[in-house]
Amino acid sequence: MRHDLIALKQWIQPYSRVLDLGCGNGTLLKDLVDEKYISGLGVEIDAENITACVSKGLNVIEQDIDKGLSNFSDDSFDTVLLTQTLQAVRRPDFVLQEMLRVGKECIITFPNFGHWQVRWYLLLRGKMPVSKMMPYDWYDTPNIHFCTVKDFENLCAEQGIKIMHRTVQMSLVGTEKDHRPKWYNKIWPNLFGAHAVYHVTR
Amino acid sequence: MTFKADSVGLVTAKSVHFDAPFKVSCGRELPSLDIVYETYGKLNSDCSNAVLVCHALSGDHHAAGYHSESDKKPGWWDNYIGPGKAIDTDLFFVVSLNNIGGCGGSTGPSSINPMTNEPWGPDFPVLRVRDWVESQRLLTDYLGIGQWAAVIGGSLGGMQAMRWSLEYPDRIQHCVVIASALKLTAQNIAFNNTSRTAISSDPDFHDGRYYQHAVIPKRGLAIARMIGHITYLSDGVMGEKFGRELRSGSFDQGSESAVEFQVESYLHHQADIFSQIFDANTYMLMTKALDYFDLAREYNDNPVSAFRNASCKFLVVSFSSDWRFSPQRSEDIVQALIGAERAVTYVEIDAPLGHDSFLLPVKRYNKVFTAYMRQVFNQLACVAEKSEVNQHAS
Repeated sequence: MRHDLIALKQWIQPYSRVLDLGCGNGTLLKDLVDEKYISGLGVEIDAENITACVSKGLNVIEQDIDKGLSNFSDDSFDTVLLTQTLQAVRRPDFVLQEMLRVGKECIITFPNFGHWQVRWYLLLRGKMPVSKMMPYDWYDTPNIHFCTVKDFENLCAEQGIKIMHRTVQMSLVGTEKDHRPKWYNKIWPNLFGAHAVYHVTR
Repeated sequence: MTFKADSVGLVTAKSVHFDAPFKVSCGRELPSLDIVYETYGKLNSDCSNAVLVCHALSGDHHAAGYHSESDKKPGWWDNYIGPGKAIDTDLFFVVSLNNIGGCGGSTGPSSINPMTNEPWGPDFPVLRVRDWVESQRLLTDYLGIGQWAAVIGGSLGGMQAMRWSLEYPDRIQHCVVIASALKLTAQNIAFNNTSRTAISSDPDFHDGRYYQHAVIPKRGLAIARMIGHITYLSDGVMGEKFGRELRSGSFDQGSESAVEFQVESYLHHQADIFSQIFDANTYMLMTKALDYFDLAREYNDNPVSAFRNASCKFLVVSFSSDWRFSPQRSEDIVQALIGAERAVTYVEIDAPLGHDSFLLPVKRYNKVFTAYMRQVFNQLACVAEKSEVNQHAS
């Protein structure tokens, strides 16, 4: 399982109501249902992912997050998740606001564009970075709003969003040892964290 | 003739008579009820694999398979009922009935009113969707089914499925609502009214007492069907299917014969067939029931509080090109279910065929529907396993 997903599980309370925006094929939701007995709902736009969720017995709604969450009422979920999707939405600030309206707590994970490798790539080659984790060319990518750890925290400060927990990771895949944050990740998260995981509230 | 491997093959309609008076929601009573139905697949030993299929405006009990080897067409939902299909008859015991007020053999306007020994005609009580649910409940008890694994319906059938979830929450595990709505829009009612006006203005209608005159309001019913048919398809699919192709005549000046477009010929042909097999009073009654339906009326017009009475899981399906029961109407249902914190899955299928998509083979619709029904079955298996373990333990 992806490291950001392993990390965020610790913040999900058993038997709570969880909304997973951009839930993909439902791997995370299914795990949370099995391990934490949550009552979960996924939101997804990809047809095959939706069928995969249905085959796992999950509840999933076909909906475009960019069009808002107006069909969800205030405080109707304990936790709202947005994993590896913030960079792909049209208005990240708007999505964040909506998430915090609908959920009491939110968990957001995203690739950190401030990571040294990204900076190095751009500095040396002078082109938009393409890597295993960001495999798209600039002109044909779902990722239209990359941000850094610093950018995200600035946005939180502007919107009065409280950061309850933060962790950064070297990679989303690999062994358990790989995903444990190192001392330098904690001191310089924006430089040494390839992926960020935030637990926030209003 | 042999049937395809995924067909239920030859089927025979059954019939049951309920002798007790049936109270209709309008306050009147039917002295007794006849219900015609078909079943496909086998009921398992603990009677847990039963699925109820509710038909829409012009449907009946014949949902799948063939009545005789010479039948050209199978039942109305044969695309989705059969061995290995979405509603898999290898897994489920499927029940499909002709609703009361219908013209497929169940008690309806063309049945004899025992009080007068004449056909009921326009005197048949006005029915609501809840009356259908109640008569379906009678059939459920008769068949010895304690709880439906799923109640499934498209359009008007979806309204029955939703009503089931509120009226008998502990007798339904899954509710599948396809191309339906919490209530009709004004535009939708207007279409229905135009259809009814076409029927009632046919001189052969005789205020609904045409049986006594040994005629049928064929023209009126045909126009009603044409209006319906146009609204059940999309502009796109009509263009694709017929375009502006001519069936006869030509655009050349001085042409003697009248120009007839393919689409006209198709519409007339469909309407012709329909007007000979369908009962006009049933059409009036069914469209009225559609118009009156409002799931939340008795719950202070609040669909969220309505759905709080349900305890089953829901699958809601809509089709992008359906303008008679648009995706927005399905989203209303979904929003209310989310508000009521009920388990719901929603898909909007990109299909060009309009409202009729729910009857037709659509790849993605079939995939999701099949996946969902597999889950319905798997959950049954889980429950059965658990109860077996419990029995061994005790």
